[in-house]
Amino acid sequence: MPSQREIRRRIGAVRNIKQITRAMQFVAASKLKRAQDATLAARPYSDKIDEVLADLAAVLSGEDHPLLARREGGKRCIVLITTDRGLAGPLNTNTIRFAARVITEHPGDLAVITVGRKGRDAMRRARVPIEAHFPGFGDRPTFADVLPLARLVTDDYVGGVYDQVDIIYSHFVSTLVQRPTLAPLLPVTPAEDTAVGIPGRQFLFEPNAASVLEQLLPRYVATRLYQAVLEAKASEESSRMVAMKNATENAEELIEDLTLVYNKVRQANITREMIEIATGARAI
Amino acid sequence: MPLKLEIVTPERLAFSDEVDAVVLPGIEGELGVLPHHAPLVSMLGLGELRIRKGSTTESFAIVGGFLQVRPDKVVVMAETADMASEIDLEKAREAQREAERALETGYHEGADLAAARAALQQALLRVRVAERRYREGRRHGG
Repeated sequence: MPSQREIRRRIGAVRNIKQITRAMQFVAASKLKRAQDATLAARPYSDKIDEVLADLAAVLSGEDHPLLARREGGKRCIVLITTDRGLAGPLNTNTIRFAARVITEHPGDLAVITVGRKGRDAMRRARVPIEAHFPGFGDRPTFADVLPLARLVTDDYVGGVYDQVDIIYSHFVSTLVQRPTLAPLLPVTPAEDTAVGIPGRQFLFEPNAASVLEQLLPRYVATRLYQAVLEAKASEESSRMVAMKNATENAEELIEDLTLVYNKVRQANITREMIEIATGARAI
Repeated sequence: MPLKLEIVTPERLAFSDEVDAVVLPGIEGELGVLPHHAPLVSMLGLGELRIRKGSTTESFAIVGGFLQVRPDKVVVMAETADMASEIDLEKAREAQREAERALETGYHEGADLAAARAALQQALLRVRVAERRYREGRRHGG
């Protein structure tokens, strides 16, 4: 049996940890709210871009822009979005394991671009060639933050460095569920032209369809990336919140158990002392 | 028939309401849209977007992007959209001075120069839109 003092020290230590995890839980909860709001706020723009692209696709064919052109085989690039910081539950492990499966299932010429330190570390350990690395985009990713990344992949795709670009990120389903997801980025695949009401052919394009497309496609790529970054951010905070909530509960349980042991030891000590006194008294 | 106008930027929905008319900075000059406009997709330049609804007007400083017009709905997809009443005139002037200084003192070429010029243009636009709003506000108020 450990000594009374030793147990008291352990209870103190666990209590300190509990305070920290509880604070982290609340911080994550408020950041999650912000990340969720940002994800929702970005949706109208992204929906609209999809729609206009579908309108354009009805008028133009696949060969009208290099970002639309499909090229068989060739080199693949994966943009892997993870977090910079740990203590986010199983989130990064799941995303990285998913990425590893994608990579091993489709062997071939491949490189990754990592966003977030955790993904970079894992890819480096696995000796996957890392083409570029971006640190995570902070607590409030802005559209401008994502532009350098978007420019890099579009330029490299047009330049023929890659023939296919995919994003792997954690899709935010709900606070409890985040699903690692693969989303094809390039070549751009326009959605079916279901445009509510008006088919794309009836639209007038100014100055002309080709120039609009030329301007629109890089925006579209950046928007896709931005959405993925926002989803990953919301996933990170929700996963951290749940992980910290569990940690806090575990700490509480541990404190209870330790308190019980502490009381037992204390009682045993008192009993022993009383026996000692009693036997001492009789001996006199 | 009212015209529904939505202004979206990559980060948020900046405006959504029914309006009577809207004037936009198209790539080939100003563009007025009334209800029953023909379906149109256009690129947008940098400039002021003005909304008329009844007797009230509202304006936005718009930078780049696209416009989609349908008979009953106009959607503006801009890079940035700042409502005139939300622009801080002092801050906008400060940004203008800073952009001018950067252009004068810095050594710029290529993309860097283009970025510096774009920053100045945006700052000028914000100042212009905010100043106009300020003047009009005074006229109505006084």
